[in-house]
Amino acid sequence: MADHTLDAKGLNCPLPILKAKKALKEVPDGGTLEILATDPGSVADFEAFSRTTGNELLEHSEEGGVYRFLLKKTA
Amino acid sequence: MSSEAAGGNNIDPNTMSIIVTKGTLDWAYPPFILGSTAAAMGLQVTMFFTFYGLGLLLKDLDLKVSTLGNPGMKMPMMGMHMGMPNLVSAIPGVDRMATTMMKNMIKKKGVASIPELREMAVEAECRLIACQMTMDLFEYSTDDMIPGLEIGGAATYIEVATQSHINLFI
Repeated sequence: MADHTLDAKGLNCPLPILKAKKALKEVPDGGTLEILATDPGSVADFEAFSRTTGNELLEHSEEGGVYRFLLKKTA
Repeated sequence: MSSEAAGGNNIDPNTMSIIVTKGTLDWAYPPFILGSTAAAMGLQVTMFFTFYGLGLLLKDLDLKVSTLGNPGMKMPMMGMHMGMPNLVSAIPGVDRMATTMMKNMIKKKGVASIPELREMAVEAECRLIACQMTMDLFEYSTDDMIPGLEIGGAATYIEVATQSHINLFI
C-alpha cells in the first residue's frame, strides 16, 4: 500500500508531474506515492522525473489505459 | 583538462533561465510548462518577461490566439486538420472564434490553463522578472501585475544567464 495516492487521470502534460511533485510533499521521507494517469507521455516523463530528482521509480504498469507509477520519496 | 578549464563548468547544472517574449495564448504554454516542470524537478528557474511576454504577468489575463499569418496552426475540425487562409483570418470575429475553440480543446484534453501553470510556477518559487523597459514602453505599472515580481533589465538577465546552465529564448 502506498503512503499516498494521486489520481491524475484525464490530465495532460505536464500536470501529472506537477501534481506528483506537490503530492510528494505529503509523503514522509522513504515513503511511497502512487500515481494513476492516462497520459501516455507520462511514462517517459516519470522516468525522467525520477532520474533527475532522485526519487526512485519502484514500479510502473499499465492496465486498461491507466498507467500506475510508484515513486519512493528519496529526495 | 579540468572541467573548469573546459568552459566554466562550475555552474550548477540544475539552473535554468527563460526569456519570455510572446504573449499569445499558444505561445504562453512553452515557457510556463517548461518553467513549472523544471522547478518541480528541483531546478532553480528564472523567467524574464519582455516585450509581448510581459503581458503574461498581468493580474487579468485575456489571452488570445490568432490564425493570421499562422499557417502552422491547423485545428482538428470535421475529421481533418484545417488551417485558415489569411484573408479569412482578417475577418472580425475569426480570432475570437479560434480562441474559443482553442480554449475548449485545452479544457477537453485535460491541458492545464495558463493561470494554473503560472500559479504553479509561482508556488514552486520560480524567480519572475518583469522587464522595466517594456513596462515603460507599454505603460504598465507593478499594480497591474501579479505580486512577487522582480523588476530588472538586460543586465539583470545577463547576470542570471551567466549563472544558469540552461538558457532558453521563447
